[in-house]
Amino acid sequence: MNFALTVILGLVGLFALAALMRWGARHALTGQARAMAHDMPLTAAFGILVILIYTAVAIAAPALAPFPERDIVGTQFQAWSADHPLGTDRIGRDMLSRLIYGARNTVGIAFATTALAFVVGSILGLWAALVGGWLDQVLSRLVDALMAIPALIFSLLLLTIFGTSILSLILVIAAVDATRVFRLARAVAQGIVVMDYIEAAKLRGEGSWFLIRREILPNALAPLVAEFGLRFCFVFLAISSLSFLGLGIKPPTADWGSMVRDNATLITFGDVTPLLPAGCIALLTVAVNFVVDWQLHRASGLKEQ
Amino acid sequence: MDREVLLKIEGLRIEGRSGDGWTEIVKGIDLTLHRGEVLGLIGESGAGKSTVGLAAMGFARDGCRITGGTIAFDGTDLRQIPEPARRALRGKRIAYVAQSAAASFNPAHRLIDQYCEAPVVHGVMDRARAETDAIELYTRMQLPGPGDIGFRYPHQVSGGQLQRAMTAMAMACRPDLIIFDEPTTALDVTTQIEVLAAIRDIVRQFNTAAIYITHDLAVVAQAADRIKVLLRGQEVEEADTRAMLDAPREAYTKSLWAVRSFARPEQPPATGTPVLSVQGVTAAYGKTRVLDDVSFDIHAGRTVAVVGESGSGKSTTARVITGLLPPVSGKVVFQGAPLPPALKSRSRDQLRQVQMIYQMADTALNPKLRLRELIGRPAQMYLGLQGRALETRIRDLLDLIELDPDTYIDRLPGELSGGQKQRIGIARALAAEPQLIICDEVTSALDQIVQEGILKLLTRLQGEFGLAYMFITHDLATVRAIADEVVVMQRGRVIEQGPKAAMFTPPHEPYTELLLSSVPEMDPDWLTRLLDRRAAGH
Amino acid sequence: MDGLTQTRSGPRRTATGGRTPWEDIVLSNVLRIILVRVALGIGLLFIVSLVIFWATELLPGDLATQLLGQSATPETVAALRDQLGLNDPAPVRYWMWLSGAVTGDFGVSMANGRPIAEMIGARLGNTVFLALYAAALSVPISLVLGILAALWRNSVFDRMANAGALTAISFPEFFVAYILVLWLAQTGLFPSMVRINPTTDLGDRLYMTFLPALTLTLVVTAHMMRMTRAAIINLMASPYIEMARLKGLSPLRIVLRHALPNALAPIINVIALNLAYLITGVVVVEVVFVYPGLGQLMVDAVSNRDIAVVQAVALIFAAAYVSLNLIADVLSTITNPRLMHQR
Repeated sequence: MNFALTVILGLVGLFALAALMRWGARHALTGQARAMAHDMPLTAAFGILVILIYTAVAIAAPALAPFPERDIVGTQFQAWSADHPLGTDRIGRDMLSRLIYGARNTVGIAFATTALAFVVGSILGLWAALVGGWLDQVLSRLVDALMAIPALIFSLLLLTIFGTSILSLILVIAAVDATRVFRLARAVAQGIVVMDYIEAAKLRGEGSWFLIRREILPNALAPLVAEFGLRFCFVFLAISSLSFLGLGIKPPTADWGSMVRDNATLITFGDVTPLLPAGCIALLTVAVNFVVDWQLHRASGLKEQ
Repeated sequence: MDREVLLKIEGLRIEGRSGDGWTEIVKGIDLTLHRGEVLGLIGESGAGKSTVGLAAMGFARDGCRITGGTIAFDGTDLRQIPEPARRALRGKRIAYVAQSAAASFNPAHRLIDQYCEAPVVHGVMDRARAETDAIELYTRMQLPGPGDIGFRYPHQVSGGQLQRAMTAMAMACRPDLIIFDEPTTALDVTTQIEVLAAIRDIVRQFNTAAIYITHDLAVVAQAADRIKVLLRGQEVEEADTRAMLDAPREAYTKSLWAVRSFARPEQPPATGTPVLSVQGVTAAYGKTRVLDDVSFDIHAGRTVAVVGESGSGKSTTARVITGLLPPVSGKVVFQGAPLPPALKSRSRDQLRQVQMIYQMADTALNPKLRLRELIGRPAQMYLGLQGRALETRIRDLLDLIELDPDTYIDRLPGELSGGQKQRIGIARALAAEPQLIICDEVTSALDQIVQEGILKLLTRLQGEFGLAYMFITHDLATVRAIADEVVVMQRGRVIEQGPKAAMFTPPHEPYTELLLSSVPEMDPDWLTRLLDRRAAGH
Repeated sequence: MDGLTQTRSGPRRTATGGRTPWEDIVLSNVLRIILVRVALGIGLLFIVSLVIFWATELLPGDLATQLLGQSATPETVAALRDQLGLNDPAPVRYWMWLSGAVTGDFGVSMANGRPIAEMIGARLGNTVFLALYAAALSVPISLVLGILAALWRNSVFDRMANAGALTAISFPEFFVAYILVLWLAQTGLFPSMVRINPTTDLGDRLYMTFLPALTLTLVVTAHMMRMTRAAIINLMASPYIEMARLKGLSPLRIVLRHALPNALAPIINVIALNLAYLITGVVVVEVVFVYPGLGQLMVDAVSNRDIAVVQAVALIFAAAYVSLNLIADVLSTITNPRLMHQR
């Protein structure tokens, strides 16, 4: 109960800080940024604050962590103490340090994967929507077939074939996810391609590259950015799940999913330590979702007017 | 006529949600309606006329709230009684007819089920009686196969028929008051008058009071006893229909007539090689033939109006001319030389010569580009203008369309009004320095007063640059105002063509006659006379 | 209205009248649409099976070497290859594999040589049981919550439900599972490990499987509730709902008679989407609770790179996924008045 209280107090503190940050932004910023700060709900401010903290921790991990990522610095499963604030893990590595490095590894890999999926998926999606015809048909039917296999199952199948190294993990998840991005990018672009301004540009004699770059992309950006957030959550959870299953990022690399798996036995003894990495995953996903929700709400609200 | 007051609205105020706050959209409206009287409520978009109409039922849409005033219906203030009491009035004593019948009928139920709902729920009559009654009203509304049509689903019935079925449905409980919210706006002209006549007759037969909401003065003149003009949530003036038409008091009301009084000076008949000549064009989407042997010429400095209802092929003709839809046979000749049929095989200079202005300026301008880029791009692309020269050209173009360059050059389309956006569409076409501009329903999405400004601007530019216009429209008032020659199209064919004067003097082809006679005139007796004439003709 | 439809509509019908020839035509039309959908679904399954099979072809080395290990003599390898039919061309092997799979014969495991059908056997039943258990809990809860949130839009309830759902969506399944373990299993209320066998009776089964089912329910309910809410809000904004309100109908009647018939299709799709999600959601949950299901089997097979088992399980999951979407598609066709009553 004591622990639950600490968590609740911590969250309340974060919300208070977020409120303060929003207040600051409303006063310090100008123009459009200020208008955004004005209609920002507290949840979104909280999300942004959490994302900033994670980013800072990921960047400054070596400076923040009391011990190196992979060194065995104590006996196994030590309790929380002054030396090891969160105790040690199954083979005696410092939990806190691994948690901090995990921000770098887990989040970094998920981000790289999402970015890759996004570049591939959205370029193909925009292209298919603009060109249409058989290219669109071939790509779309291919994606339909690939999407008929559930994402996790397909990832597992591909990982069996390509092995479970970090590189193949990134490529496999990116490939599976790119199909979803393709779908969205194509749908968004199709909404734009039928607009008269695209016809006007075609009548003017503009080429495909100009159309994508100047006419379609600026209008597709808002939904694509929101989708990036959602996709990141999805990829992040997928990678964590795979790591948890022992098929993703593997020790000694510090990773939140595999840390839960490694130390899960403690839970049956009523120790919350293995839940901390899982909590880190959940907190970041909640944060990103809050920000995305706000952005989607904004986009739909603007449309109504 | 019974002069008992049925509805008395005083000091009505309604607010709408905008972002975080509330803005007032109806600012203190008074309205009195007697039993059996029809009041026309007219105004442009954003005047608050629909909101007032709904408030007469004690109803506010989601995102709106009634904040002040009284709405006394038959002596009871609708704002003071509880919601169940208001519900008991709605559909029974006050009914509503929506603009889009296709969207306002529930797709899951047959017409007659939806008809019977209000009478049965309000306990006016039982189901069997309501069904018989429905068939009788369908007959009175002159629906084809009245005994049968009710058993269809909404998507199986045409738009004009749905609108009549909805009026019949509103009549189901024989209400004291019906709110008609733009009931004919979405219909073609020829359908519009049939529905209008049916509505007018049934309201008279049952001595029902009505509020008839529309933006079209000529339409409301046929149905209303009195007219109230609204502007931005406030009343401009109110008068009996005849008095209003004969002598509008306020400048704003006079301006609503403007587009109909605007007329371009007559041009002498054109001679020489036409700028554009469409010769025997036949076109198809897949196997569906959409154009059949279409031919006409457009001369420099002249305006050819292409007229027809939806589906007549007028916009398709424009697609053939611009090269978006290569024809199956026939050709498009530009200044004596045939244009390559497909867009891709046309040279940059050929593309430059024919420019296009669209109906919806909202979708025709990329919302993420500033005016500088929107107007500058054609000048840069076709004429190779750069830097200082380009800047000067953009500013000149903005001057031409009467927008101050310093204020507007860096704005986004979203920061402009509808009329200003359409001006940018014109500037973008001018920037290419073309010989021919295709105007596709360029004024039909605009309010009357703005339409006039656009038409005047186009006329001035035509005089200055000797432009040829192809003017696609369904609005014959616009044709009267600006055309030199008229091409009438129906189902992909040219029915009739010739100089405007000849086109507007009989004898006509039967379809042209139907089209011309269907355009409402600013005369309360016009509909009656027309119907009499048509009845006599048959 | 064109003359054709007039003649088709035949004799005048009363409100309760029987079927007319016209309606027979419509019915056969719907039947045709459904048949086309089913055919497309089967075609899709076929392509999916091709993709899954093709995956083996990418695998370095071959089955015989894997089964016998590196030390095997070339002769024994060749003999086994022959026996397993590995020397046949790919299309022949695909056909053998697929026709086997359709009759329930998935070949043998690469890891231990046991028939895969035997390994899958009871596990398939367990997984289906868990998924249905979770569905039975989550579908009613999420529909009710979603509809209430939509009707009381922007209320405190709506905001709380939304924030709660968003949070639940953001939690990894194993986090939810372990929180439940910590909270409910620690106190001894429910077992944290599922020990069931084919002889366990239903009551025990429901009790033992409660925590995994609850975990899945929590995660899926959040998704389903949000989607239901969005679908209903979208619907309530339609002009015909406003028309119904302006006819003076009661809110209950508006929801039951005007919203619900049109909401069926979107709700069916939401349910199907989430049941399909359940299928993959079981994998992680089965591992956490050591539940003897297909997901557990698949994870083990992936670790051992036992491609034959992975293929078999992937095919089963994919087939369930495609079938669910197909059923949803057919059901929403049937409930769509525009398709049922064509012009």
